[in-house]
Amino acid sequence: MSLGSGTAAAVRGPASTRYDGRGLLGPGITAAYLSLLVLIPISAILWRSVSDGLDEFWAAITSPQALAALQLTFTVSGIVTVINALIGTAIAWVLVRDDFAGKPFINALIDLPFALPTIVAGLTLLALYGPQSPFGINAAYSQVGIMLALLFITLPFVVRAVQPVLEELDREMEEAAASLGASSPTVLRRVVLPNLLPAILTGSALAFARCIGEFGSVILIAGNIPYRTEMASVYIYGQVEADKPGSASAVSVVLLVVSLAVLVVFDILRRRISRHEEASA
Amino acid sequence: MAISMQRLTKRFGDFVALDDVSLEIRDGSLTALLGPSGSGKTTLLRIIAGLDVPDSGTVLLDDRDVTRVPPQDRGIGFVFQHYAPFKHMTVWDNVAFGLTIRHRPKDEVRRTVGDLLDLVQIAHLADRYPAQLSGGQRQRMALARALAIQPSVLLLDEPFGALDARVRKELRVWLRRLHDESHVTTVFVTHDQEEAMDVADHIVVMDVGRIEQQGTARDLYEHPANEFVMSFIGPVTRLGDAYVRPHDIEILLAPEEGSRQAVVERVVYLGFEVRVELTRDDGVRVWVQVPRDEAERLSLQQGQTISVRSRHEQVFAAA
Amino acid sequence: MTAVESTPVAATSPGAPITTTRGRAIRLTLRLVVLGYLTFILALPVFMVFWRTFEDGLEPVLRAISRPAFQSAFWMTLQITAIAVPVNTVFGILAALMLVRRRFPGRSLLNALIDLPFAISPVVIGLSLVLVYGKNGWFGEVLSDLGIQVIFAMPGMVLATMFVSLPFVVREVMPVLREIGTDQEQAAYTLGASGWRTFWRVTLPSIRWGVIYGVILTTARSLGEFGAVAIVSGKISGKTETLTTHVEERFQAFDLVGAYTASIVLACMALLVLLAMTVYQSGWLGRRIGRGHQHAASDETVR
Repeated sequence: MSLGSGTAAAVRGPASTRYDGRGLLGPGITAAYLSLLVLIPISAILWRSVSDGLDEFWAAITSPQALAALQLTFTVSGIVTVINALIGTAIAWVLVRDDFAGKPFINALIDLPFALPTIVAGLTLLALYGPQSPFGINAAYSQVGIMLALLFITLPFVVRAVQPVLEELDREMEEAAASLGASSPTVLRRVVLPNLLPAILTGSALAFARCIGEFGSVILIAGNIPYRTEMASVYIYGQVEADKPGSASAVSVVLLVVSLAVLVVFDILRRRISRHEEASA
Repeated sequence: MAISMQRLTKRFGDFVALDDVSLEIRDGSLTALLGPSGSGKTTLLRIIAGLDVPDSGTVLLDDRDVTRVPPQDRGIGFVFQHYAPFKHMTVWDNVAFGLTIRHRPKDEVRRTVGDLLDLVQIAHLADRYPAQLSGGQRQRMALARALAIQPSVLLLDEPFGALDARVRKELRVWLRRLHDESHVTTVFVTHDQEEAMDVADHIVVMDVGRIEQQGTARDLYEHPANEFVMSFIGPVTRLGDAYVRPHDIEILLAPEEGSRQAVVERVVYLGFEVRVELTRDDGVRVWVQVPRDEAERLSLQQGQTISVRSRHEQVFAAA
Repeated sequence: MTAVESTPVAATSPGAPITTTRGRAIRLTLRLVVLGYLTFILALPVFMVFWRTFEDGLEPVLRAISRPAFQSAFWMTLQITAIAVPVNTVFGILAALMLVRRRFPGRSLLNALIDLPFAISPVVIGLSLVLVYGKNGWFGEVLSDLGIQVIFAMPGMVLATMFVSLPFVVREVMPVLREIGTDQEQAAYTLGASGWRTFWRVTLPSIRWGVIYGVILTTARSLGEFGAVAIVSGKISGKTETLTTHVEERFQAFDLVGAYTASIVLACMALLVLLAMTVYQSGWLGRRIGRGHQHAASDETVR
């Protein structure tokens, strides 16, 4: 057995059975699966939304009920996202910097909204803050109720985005700031938060995208009153039931576009803010 | 500003970092805290800075008890081992930080920062981010940043440890010159005895939370108080219970009074000096440092039998 | 230099500087606010489910469980999950290998498509599947000629569930693959192992923790899917109901106990999943701590 070029080939592995994706079979299978499952269906929605004509598309998304649903959706999602940005950061802070009995348990609990089915979340929030609330609070059939549901669902996003960054944050930076005369609030404002901002942005973008599409957790508590507490997802569902796929598709496209736009914009923003991390050539 | 530390003790769990340490540092001096890892030198420095609080004891800055005063109010400048740059700020903003948070007037800030950046020779990097700087440049930025607030005491934690040899030497010279001009009381921590001897007026040797000895480089080298200090500062050859500097051992071609026989094991040429490894007739292995000319004159061969005699031995009483 | 009235920096760090009373007060207040928020938004709702379910005793609960609709929904959920999870696992590993180890045209599209389920509403997903696989959909005629019914039948529900739980295994395995590099595989090749052999004995074992965590997340998502399945299934009681749609159905039928019962079955499954996630993250299984789960949120981005 000779060394040299033979070895190089051996290291790469025999071409026919290299398992780094297996020749054309790998991309083939993956492409087929994704096409059948994702690409084609999404194309179908895009197509269907305009297949009755652009006028129909426009009419569908500007119909009073649709507009009301969209407006409600974006408004409550925006508010919830802002709340999440604030409280999520605070929760991450307490989990990383503070210490108290039961902290690991609380830490684990944060992932609950990821694990719990949305319909169950909706039901339990209704039980707690609806007509039979033990606290006497009744937020059902109101925007507040919707926001409570969304706050539950999106709780982990900002927390889990900020936590690792906070954990890895160089404490010496804060000590340096202190040694230079900065008070605690100043250190927070000028040193800690700027370094957390990219993560907060990422988490917020994800939370927002999740909020605008949320369905299971809001349908019970919202009451789905058209023009008042009907979310866009519920409206779409209604249009499907009413055998109006064109209209449903049109509004779906709006949600899709906004969702993607938010994710892309926030990603760009985040990269802009983090460009100082790149070492130059 | 003079620093006075009295009976400082600090524990981290079971580990005793400082054990009843007292130390006086003169105003305007350049002091090195020298010792191996775990000797407590960094802890001591951080206590002076206020970044750590002692379990007992007091710290005085010019007769003011600052033991419980936070670092913001002590008037100290601290340079961290890994520079602790504000990654999200430019070099300029980093250096200006101390002044910015004190709301100094814009002109003053511009002037001070500009001067400092020129002083440390990184003015051309003012708009860059720390990630784009080399280690040496980052360290100089950290220095400038600490100096910007005109501290009464400058504290440096292994400031040159993470840099390569050439940069280290340059910055040492630089630090010495800076101190000569500014006369700010400076304390730095290092594990490198050559660095301590090169830069500092006064060296404090520490081990396992205690001060072993302090003094000038010469005092410590020539009159070490114990085996630890002698081994830490400068090379040492052990002969039974006695300790000798390798250059204090004479090599003689013929036996003389007080000398012993020895066989040459190996002769290593190190350019400026020659190291001769021998085994004495009593089996003890010895290495001797010989200047190049002397080595040439002796022209030693491996296996050759020669005589050795110590010029100056030290024996330390059992601790 | 002006003296600044200051509170300590990180008051709880080891070897921390002086804690002033003001600093301590702030810390406690923050802790209280956070814990209070978590209690009202997170903990209490979960507690409520359990309480409300058993409020009227065990009997109604047992009755709810014994209803045929419940049982069919329960099995349907399990069946769907039993199909969706393995399929997405295989796909996930394959896609991860592709994306990390190979360059090919369309790679970014693949990457983006995989993240798509995180950005779309479940009802939109349901609709999109109906538009393709429904009677009047793009494949409608072909399917009906072949006698296959997708929409309003189990295949559609499986598709919907696979769609929503698509990204998890991929996104968990990718960073692991990146980190372990190709060294071990190359070593195997030089020792004479074939591609397939290497995959089974070298690659797969080294990514197994990423796969496991991905499977945990995929399972949770599959069990809990509601919106997409609701549209695709037609919610035919006893036939195309899952446990989640069953909850809603019972609620609309004013059978609160029935709804709560189905909910706690789901909640128990969720808590088991949560337990598995926690065990994994705590490194108890010998895994490196913390890295795994953080990707779930941070990787849900369109890259």
